[in-house]
Amino acid sequence: MAAGLRSPERGARFARRYLTSPGLRYVVRRILLSIPVVLGVVVVTFLLLRLIPGDPARTLLGLHAPASAVAALRRQLGLDEPIWRQFWAYFYDLAHGNLGTSIYYQAPVASVIAPGLPLTGSLVLVATFFAIVITVPLAALAATHQDRASDHAVRLFSLMGLGMPSFWFGIILIVLFAVDLHWFPVGGYGTTFWEHLHSLLLPGLCAAIGIVPVLIRSLRVGMLDVLGADYVATARAKGLRSSRVTFVHVARNALIPTVTLLGINIAYLIGGTVVIERVFALNGLGSAMLTAIDNRDFPVVQGVTLVYALGVIVVILITDLVTARLDPRIRLK
Amino acid sequence: MSAAISPPVGLTEPENEVNRRPSFKSRALHSPTFMSGAILTTTIVALALLAPVIGRYSPVAQDLLHPLAGPSGAHWLGTDELGRDVWSRLLYAGRTDLQVGVLAVLFPFAFGVSIGTVCGYFGGRIDSVVMRIVDVVLAFPFYVLIIALVFVVGVGTHGIYIAFGLTDWVIYARTTRSGTMVARSLDWVAAAEGGGLSRMRVLWRHILPNTITQAVVYVMSDIVLVILAVVTLGYLGLGIQPPAPDWGSMISDGQSFIQTNQWLAAIPGLAVVLTGIGLSLLGDGLADVMRPE
Repeated sequence: MAAGLRSPERGARFARRYLTSPGLRYVVRRILLSIPVVLGVVVVTFLLLRLIPGDPARTLLGLHAPASAVAALRRQLGLDEPIWRQFWAYFYDLAHGNLGTSIYYQAPVASVIAPGLPLTGSLVLVATFFAIVITVPLAALAATHQDRASDHAVRLFSLMGLGMPSFWFGIILIVLFAVDLHWFPVGGYGTTFWEHLHSLLLPGLCAAIGIVPVLIRSLRVGMLDVLGADYVATARAKGLRSSRVTFVHVARNALIPTVTLLGINIAYLIGGTVVIERVFALNGLGSAMLTAIDNRDFPVVQGVTLVYALGVIVVILITDLVTARLDPRIRLK
Repeated sequence: MSAAISPPVGLTEPENEVNRRPSFKSRALHSPTFMSGAILTTTIVALALLAPVIGRYSPVAQDLLHPLAGPSGAHWLGTDELGRDVWSRLLYAGRTDLQVGVLAVLFPFAFGVSIGTVCGYFGGRIDSVVMRIVDVVLAFPFYVLIIALVFVVGVGTHGIYIAFGLTDWVIYARTTRSGTMVARSLDWVAAAEGGGLSRMRVLWRHILPNTITQAVVYVMSDIVLVILAVVTLGYLGLGIQPPAPDWGSMISDGQSFIQTNQWLAAIPGLAVVLTGIGLSLLGDGLADVMRPE
């Protein structure tokens, strides 16, 4: 592609061929649409400091801190400047990849939270995998057996999941599978790839359970709609085997709302990993956030919050693009 | 000739009683989902309200001579590591958590429904500004934003109220907005507007009664969500502060004795799950009962 762009003639042909395609225009438009959200997220994380009651520097350091330390922190946080100058400084630093300086470690915030990123990312991946693997078969079972015993069983399962604190479920899993049966480590992350994966299975399952009930409910309704659609009746009337109808006609069309739903709920799933990391003693982003809260290390809390939100924006962008790939109606609109 | 003056058949037919929709009460009584949810929720709320009567002990009274005792006649669910009665703590914790859960959704409900109605009806610049704010709030993972806000404004109950007040209205605003946009294009709304009714009257009397159902149904799921968040914050030490009992901090305390005294962590969790089931059933039942024909 880069080679293609070097010669003007081929570059023009490339532009004609791809930039005019509705698909690519959708991608560009979708990316442009997320820019205001990113800016909004930056404004919100900036305003977090303003929500601290009283003098933020005094509150963060505690009542017994010497006045000189408070004054120094106030300077470091830029609290003496007018608010628009503070915002500009915050924005300028972010644009240059500077998330601020940790009060506790006196080190760049990025260096404090970066080590946790791969772990949290992998945990979210494993949890998403579990969410799909649990949701799709159960929703299909419930939809194809509407109002029968298996439908009610799936419903009961979702009801229990809706009110279940994920950290409590995690404690139960640890007692059953780690303490009693020794199948999994009680906590920690190991050192090799397989150890990483092994130690992420229970936490991943735990994080998935938080969104599975919502996913099952919506997907079941979506599948019932598809099962009642005319083209499914047509497919059946043509004499296609019922397995072919289920997997080719119903599954493909039910997949689209599943991916959309996943995009909507992924933010909740990602938020749930914060407490799950604490339960399973995993040193990811969530643990960095909770440790920073214990240390009253505001810049780190602010940085982690921003990184989480940016992560969600990227994930939602990806799921939107995947849905558009699956459903031509969206990208041609 | 009497036959000649008898009116056409259709006009004389008596009103068909069978086709009339049963009353709200009768529909509610005949919905197993609604009834089971109502019974479970009422039981849990009653137990929480009656805590001072049936709790038998103060939830904070320590008995250091009898820590970690098993269930007995004196202590139905045993005692915790400080000898406090688990049954009493469970009831009082439910009282706190349910109260916080209900109070925390009041402002988001009222504010979200109002702003969603205004946005959906008037559209225009307010609408696009509010919807961008909604997008931004939804970009944050729920728990991350709540934890960050509680840290910033201060741990404890008032922090929880502020955190939910700032974030939770967006869901109500979004659903009410789309409901209002649908209702706005209906014929009878156009008729009410054409009849010269004021906009406030159209919104209040003709649109809101049709859009509020969804928001009311969502309140039940939202209370579950808030209780889960309160319990999670309590587990992390950022929620209701000790010595006041809270299901989350009870689980957190019990976790230290998970090898020997499993029930200490298990029981408060079960209470949360049961509360969740009750409120979810109630919400589902309400959705069935209130759904327009």
